[in-house]
Amino acid sequence: MTQTPIISVKNLNKKFGDFTANDNLNFEVYKGEIFGFLGANGAGKTTALRILCGLSKPTSGEINIAGFDAYKQTELIKRHIGYMSQKFSLYEDLTVFENIRLYARIYGMKSKEIKEKTTKILDELNFAHARNKKIKDIPLGWKQKLAFLTAIFHNPKIVFLDEPTGGVDPITRRQFWDLIYKAADEGITVFVTTHYMDEAEYCDRVSIMDLGKIVALDTPENLMKTYTAKNMDEVFIKIAR
Amino acid sequence: MNSFLSFVKKEFYHIFRDKRTMLILFGIPIAQVLLFGFVITSELKNVQIAVWDKSNDITTNQIINKITSSGFFELRKIIYNEKDIEPTFKKGKIREIIIFEEKFAEKLSKEKTAKIQIIADASDANSANMMVNYTKGIIADYLVKRNANIQYPMQIITKERMLYNESLKNVYMFVPGIMAMILMLVSAMMTSISVAREKELGTMEVLLVSPLKPIQILLGKVTPYLALSIVNAIIIISLGYFVFEMPILGSLTFLMTETILFILLALSLGILISTVAPNQQVAMFVSMFALMIPTILLSGFIFPIKNMPLVLQWLSALMPPKYFIIILKDIMLKGTGLAFVWKETLILTGMTIFFIVLSSKKFKIRLE
Repeated sequence: MTQTPIISVKNLNKKFGDFTANDNLNFEVYKGEIFGFLGANGAGKTTALRILCGLSKPTSGEINIAGFDAYKQTELIKRHIGYMSQKFSLYEDLTVFENIRLYARIYGMKSKEIKEKTTKILDELNFAHARNKKIKDIPLGWKQKLAFLTAIFHNPKIVFLDEPTGGVDPITRRQFWDLIYKAADEGITVFVTTHYMDEAEYCDRVSIMDLGKIVALDTPENLMKTYTAKNMDEVFIKIAR
Repeated sequence: MNSFLSFVKKEFYHIFRDKRTMLILFGIPIAQVLLFGFVITSELKNVQIAVWDKSNDITTNQIINKITSSGFFELRKIIYNEKDIEPTFKKGKIREIIIFEEKFAEKLSKEKTAKIQIIADASDANSANMMVNYTKGIIADYLVKRNANIQYPMQIITKERMLYNESLKNVYMFVPGIMAMILMLVSAMMTSISVAREKELGTMEVLLVSPLKPIQILLGKVTPYLALSIVNAIIIISLGYFVFEMPILGSLTFLMTETILFILLALSLGILISTVAPNQQVAMFVSMFALMIPTILLSGFIFPIKNMPLVLQWLSALMPPKYFIIILKDIMLKGTGLAFVWKETLILTGMTIFFIVLSSKKFKIRLE
């Protein structure tokens, strides 16, 4: 893997009054990798993710995303990233195609391109029949897959996923990860927060946050070796306690 | 620009696909106007009365005839003793009893006075007052007609004219009031709910991460409701004009300009509420209590401002609908132009600017 950093964070701090949500974070994410951002609830991972996406401003630190400065070039950053929130980012009363078209339009794509690409993607998933179905009428697992595909539809350099697989069964989760691998193969960097430890093992590298600090950052294999653990679950328990 | 247009298009989909929204947008305004126009009326019509005629002579019969043929009253019961009075009222249908004293005609011609007692059901104080006054008026009229050939030593003649609403139609009061209320409802409440919904669903975050600028998101939210509010205003004015014959003496263009100013004010209030409200319920609750109820109670729509306690009068001075109702009435009933309502217009403009600045500041803070 080429080790070109696409996200680089130096000395990132975020304070809410007296409370330090992110305490001096330092990390790099390389182009094309799947980077897992782990931590218990309240460890500060969502805060950091929101800063990287431009939803929130850092108190201090240097942040560079896809070659742009997070303080001065937020508008440029926005054009080159995709985002999928914990809740669904699709509109229930719009059809599959209307949802895709809306977001694709917002990212400046042309009508013809949108139509062609939608047909291609839905065909690949064997989901073409649902093109004109409303989101509220399709199963939960599909909603999540579609939310992900919509987030990467405009071909962003990086996609940020905030606990994308909450509330779905293991099989759907596995299928969801297949989509993530496919996106990574196509060169999209994936930045994913999760608290499912089995998912952490699917990542190229993971960082583990605790009380606002990054306490470990390595490949899952190396972490398991370092902490002499059978799986990521044990690693996490050893670190976080 | 393309991305903005597709965002606006999406808003229209939300509105047109939701039956409840459509009902609030178009059902309520029409229902309100028709309801206020046909049902709620403060005029007397067919009040059921009873009579206890202890005398039963020509004069009492003539008076009873005159009262029942007025169209305001309907004779439903004759009673013969005092014990019947209370039970008659308690049944609830009869709302006034007229009692003539014994030897009524004889006393009137010999002693020059005779007594009539009017008992009204004052559980509804206002209409009791009106019933009694109408009855007294009819009796007085009877006496005047009977004495037509008698010359009084002097006379004062009063002639009334109700300027700007000659026939005292209620519709002139409520069309401007409903207009203010509906525009508040559609513009402020619906906008705040629709922004709050995006927050609740999590789609707002995705929009904020996207290249759409916050101002574009806000404008995209507001544009459909601006258009629909204008349609609503036209519906209400047309209903008032064609169904209830509410005049529009002033310039229609000026009327629409003022209406759009008020819609902008309501929209900016809606955005302000949505920046504070975390979800749809709160947005609806705040709009209801902070906007709808004051609009109904304190704007002069139903209760005259001049009769309010001083504190409430001050409070009503802060209510934007108050000024809008004044402007509407002036344009529609008096046919005046900007020269007469510039003060109210200025106040509304000032309020609009204030709310727009405040809500855009709040919106930015929320992004932090």
